[in-house]
Amino acid sequence: MSESVRFRFNVDGSNFTTAGQASVQVKKNLRELGIPAEAIRRVSIAMYEGEINMVIHAHGGEAEVIVFEDRIEIILSDHGPGIPNIELAMKEGYSTAPDNIRSLGFGAGMGLPNMKRYTDDMKIDTELGKGTTITMTVKF
Amino acid sequence: MVCGEENLDHDVYSACGSDMMSDVLAYVKDQAVLLTGLVNSQVIRTAEMMDMVCIVFVRSKKPTEDMIELARESGIVLMTTEKRMYEACGLLYKSGLVGNGVKHE
Repeated sequence: MSESVRFRFNVDGSNFTTAGQASVQVKKNLRELGIPAEAIRRVSIAMYEGEINMVIHAHGGEAEVIVFEDRIEIILSDHGPGIPNIELAMKEGYSTAPDNIRSLGFGAGMGLPNMKRYTDDMKIDTELGKGTTITMTVKF
Repeated sequence: MVCGEENLDHDVYSACGSDMMSDVLAYVKDQAVLLTGLVNSQVIRTAEMMDMVCIVFVRSKKPTEDMIELARESGIVLMTTEKRMYEACGLLYKSGLVGNGVKHE
């Protein structure tokens, strides 16, 4: 395997205000590495949506971003409640986010579909009561 | 003008208006200006993720100090207007700032 760069973050699940900090940092790091702008944008948006989801639904978790020569992998793991019905969760407009989240500008049921749209590959491993791990790949 | 005076020489050609950041992240493509009535840190982060350069707060909403700090770090221009969303969007549209269409597969 060729040399890769790795970034790890803890996503604080207790504070909606700080949600997205890891994504902002990743965006800066990727810029410094000279990754193509379009790839940075796709990674940032997908990761940001994922981070917001982790804060809304799963009390936070861990985010890891691995930069390979030709692709970026984003791994988001949480110990939240898990996703009972992935097919439903992937449907645009379907959301289980509480009303207070909607008043903050999120919870439109676009998070997961958006993450899929902006990445080349997305895998969801989820177990009820145990947590969810989402692995996304952006090629460049 | 709230902050970002130094970035005012940036030319912008398109804008979008929404209070729903979820929708901005899902539907917006290459728009440089965001008009919103929502006031929280996620507005700044959403704009940053979307490579937007300016946020206009409508209905006299004022960004908090934390938000201004975040915007400064990202070089995003913040402005406020007493106009409501519809009118603020209309004025900018009339001045040539288009919506750029919705690109959504």
